[in-house]
Formats: sequence, C-alpha cells, structure tokens
Amino acid sequence: MAIISTAGLARTFRTKHGPVEAVRGIDLTVREGEILGFLGPNGAGKTTTLRMLTTLLAPTGGAATVAGCDLAADPAGVRRACGYVAQSGGVDPQTGVREELVTQGRLYRLTRARAAERAEELAQDLGLAGLLDRRCGALSGGQRRRLDIAMALTHRPKVLFLDEPTTGLDPGSRAALWELVRRLRDEHGTTVFLTTHYLDEADALSDRLVIVDRGVVVAEGTPGALKLEYGGSPDASLQDTFLAITGRDATPAEQTPVAV
Amino acid sequence: MLFHDTALVYGRYLRQSLRSRFALLFGVLMPLLYLLFFGPLLTDLPLGGRGSSWQLLVPGLLLQLGLFGASFAGFSVIIEKGQGVIERMRVTPVSRLALLLGRVLRDATLFVLQAVLLVLAAMAMGLRAPLPGVLIGFAFVALLTVSLGALSYALAMKVDTPQVFGPTINALTMPSMLLSGLLLPMSLGPAWLDALSHLMPFRYLVDAVRDAYAGSYATAHMLYGVLVAVGFSVLAVAVGTRVFRTAGA
Ligand SMILES: Nc1ncnc2c1ncn2[C@@H]1O[C@H](COP(=O)(O)OP(=O)(O)O)[C@@H](O)[C@H]1O
Ligand SMILES: [Mg+2]
Repeated sequence: MAIISTAGLARTFRTKHGPVEAVRGIDLTVREGEILGFLGPNGAGKTTTLRMLTTLLAPTGGAATVAGCDLAADPAGVRRACGYVAQSGGVDPQTGVREELVTQGRLYRLTRARAAERAEELAQDLGLAGLLDRRCGALSGGQRRRLDIAMALTHRPKVLFLDEPTTGLDPGSRAALWELVRRLRDEHGTTVFLTTHYLDEADALSDRLVIVDRGVVVAEGTPGALKLEYGGSPDASLQDTFLAITGRDATPAEQTPVAV
Repeated sequence: MLFHDTALVYGRYLRQSLRSRFALLFGVLMPLLYLLFFGPLLTDLPLGGRGSSWQLLVPGLLLQLGLFGASFAGFSVIIEKGQGVIERMRVTPVSRLALLLGRVLRDATLFVLQAVLLVLAAMAMGLRAPLPGVLIGFAFVALLTVSLGALSYALAMKVDTPQVFGPTINALTMPSMLLSGLLLPMSLGPAWLDALSHLMPFRYLVDAVRDAYAGSYATAHMLYGVLVAVGFSVLAVAVGTRVFRTAGA
C-alpha cells in the first residue's frame, strides 16, 4: 500500500519579479518501508515538494495523502505521521542538546517525565549519549545531523523526510548517516523520503529513485532499472544516466549547494 | 492544549532570554540612561501637567521602552527562520497561536520587569506616584508589548532578511515615538502637531498612564487609553496568528 501519494502537486510562488513555478505537478507514490531518493539538480523543486508534504507550505495545485491523511483536509494527521529534517537543521546553537530534545518531546505532547525519558532513548539510539549536556552549537557537523534526526524521530513517525541530509558532511559522517537511515528502515520500518543532489548517495541508499527537474518528475525506478533504461546498461554510471534523462549534469561545477 | 503549548513556548524563550545576559543588561541600561541624562533637564521646566516632571517623563519612558523593545522583537524570528527552528516547530502539532503567544508573553514579562527597575530607579531620583497608578502603568506596558511584539513577529515571518526588517521597523518606530509625545507632552506643541499625534495609538496610552501617575483614574484619557490598548492588542494578535498559521511563502 502507498504511504505517500501525490497527484499533480504544484506550487507557484508569487514574487516581485512575477510568478515562480517551483513545482509544476508532481505525481508519485511511495510504498511503506521504502527508502525513496528524490533526486534533482539545485532549484528542481525538491525542498518545495518536501515543505508541501510536511504541511509547511500550502500547495497551489494538486493533492496528496501522507499515511492515509489528506494534506489539505487533515494537516494535523499528517504532522502526527511524519518527521522532517530541513537542510538547515532546526536547533538553536545556544540551547543545550537535552533541552532541545525535551522541548521537542513536549511539543509532541509527551508528559514532562516521558519527554525526558525519550530524550535519553533517542540520545542512546543515535549516538548522542555523551553529548546531552553540550550546547547544540558545540556539536560537529555529523553530530548536529544526528541530533536533527533525533528531533524528527521524537514521536516515532511513520515517514521521515530528510532534505539533503549529507550536504556539507565529511565522508566518514556521510557513511555513518547512510548506515543510520538503513537501520531506521530495517529496525522500525520507517519510510524514508530523502532529497539529494549527490548521485552516489542516491545510488547507494535508495530502493527507488524519483528524478525531478524543473518542478516535474522526469523519470523513476530502481537505480538499476534507470541505468538500464537511460544509460544503456545496468553498469552505466548514474552520472551518465542522469545526463541522459535531464540533458545536463546533476551537480554542475558552477553551482554551489544553497540552503533554501 | 493552547495553554500547555503557550506555557511551553513561553518557557523555552524565557530561558533563552535569561541566558543572554548582555541583552538583559542593555535593556535595563537604556531607560536608566534616559533617566540620568534626560530627566534632570526637565526638572524646572513648565510642562503644564500636574505633579512633578518625573510624573510626566516616567510614563513616556515606560512606553518608549515597550515601543522600541517590542518592535524589534521580530529579529529573533528572522534568525530562527535561518536556523530552521521555526519550521521544525511548525511541523509538530503545536498550536500556531501558542507559537506567537508564548513569544509575546515572554516579551511582556521581560519588559514589565525592566519597567519595574526603571520605576524603582526613578523613585530614587525623585519620582512620587500612587501605587495603583504605577501598577496601571505596568499593565499598559504589557499590553503595548503584546501588540507590537505580535506585529513585529508577523512582519518577521513575512520578510527574509534583517536588511529589510531593520529599516522598516526604524522607519515606523521613530515617527511613532516623536508623534506620540512620549518624551514631552504634545499639549506643549502647536495645535497641528497635537492634532496629528491623535492619529497615533500610543498617544492615548501615554495620556492614560500620565493620568494614572497623577492619581486620576476615572478620566476620559483613561477610558480612551484602555480602549485603544486593548483593541490594538486584540487586532495585533489576530493578525499575528493569521500570519503564523499560513506562513511559508
Ligand atoms: N519562498 C520562495 N519564493 C520564491 N521562490 C522560491 C521560494 N522557494 C523556492 N523558490 C524557487 O523555487 C525553485 C525551486 O526551489 P527548491 O524547491 O528550493 O529547489 P531544490 O530544493 O530542488 O534545490 C527555485 O527556483 C527557487 O528559487
Ligand atoms: Mg533544496
């Protein structure tokens, strides 16, 4: 059964310089327990799609359901079912790790005692146990990311949305994060919807890829199937496959990743 | 749930404020400087009010404290948007109204605290005012802070950079301060200025607090002051909640 399905999901921003069609119509489905790689160049509309699916941004067209809850009719249900980690993260550098985790638990309506317990559990589970009494700002990049994810897992969501989770991490931390994502799925059956513009990441981590470009889905399938269909052979590099699909590189040299 | 969430948000931001000692210190220092360096200038001037010049000046300073402090409160939201804190909270089930109320109540707490310090210092310098009047003054500071804080947070949700936010707030607060007669009573000025100042909501607040400090509570000034302060707060919180509920563009 599909845990996420969207039909014609679209968002146009009104700006001073005229309308910007950030997302022009996304149709996709995600199966329960799947790790979906949402791959596309900068500006393709990945973040905008995620913000719509997590109720942060109202769509200007189309519809979607997340965990059986309609985005427009039952945003509270969607919020209960999903966790979201923005590219920028979401903790205050001056606040302590424990305080942020406990506050997050309380925002999810846990009792004070339960929230404190949950903070310990999460810290244990995500390798933050010795760091609870530090300020968030005093964590390394990889530790910060794990904290962001811990915050999003507070209420044991069915679906976890990760926006470019490894951008800016060193190779060791990236590998550790991939491991964590796989473990979440394997141990808890969590569905993971992650965006990336790193092809190796999409290749290594995703069960299935959805490739977006200029606000629409341009291809989807398992990494192997996409390579066969567009790259010409199952051994084609995802780089060549991507090039064949979009007509350009995933990460052109002149574009630096920007957080939106 | 609204109460639970508001208390939670309030607690988080109050702890955050108490951690930034420097900002707290500066907040108290500013009005003290006015008392020290501006107050003595007025002592022997004919200001036309009843009572001493302190009874005219202190109400103005109290509201000025709220006006400047609360108007710039939105800066924190701009920073938090960049950190992703706002979106992180908005994906939880937390009440949108609580996200706003928790913040403005935190601001009201801090500014009333600063107001208390200001009044104590002014008393040391010669202010004499009846206790009920002083308490009424604090209530007005709280209402003003809630209204301006709510509007400031709403604006901060809408604009993206401090470079836009700062000048906008400056452009709004400076004329408001000058036109409201916060520093000196408008009745001292020419008729056109006095008339113009009645277009400013703060004018009614400061008139009411000055009456309260002079010990007259059942006056037209007080009635208008209460109506304007309460009306303005309700309107501002309504606008703020709307923005917090729909924000995201
Ligand atoms: N709040 C906004 N206002 C105007 N345009 C926006 C806004 N957010 C995103 N965009 C534009 O929408 C497009 C898609 O952005 P985004 O979803 O962030 O892409 P991605 O995450 O794939 O890099 C970009 O052209 C971006 O400039
Ligand atoms: Mg993005």
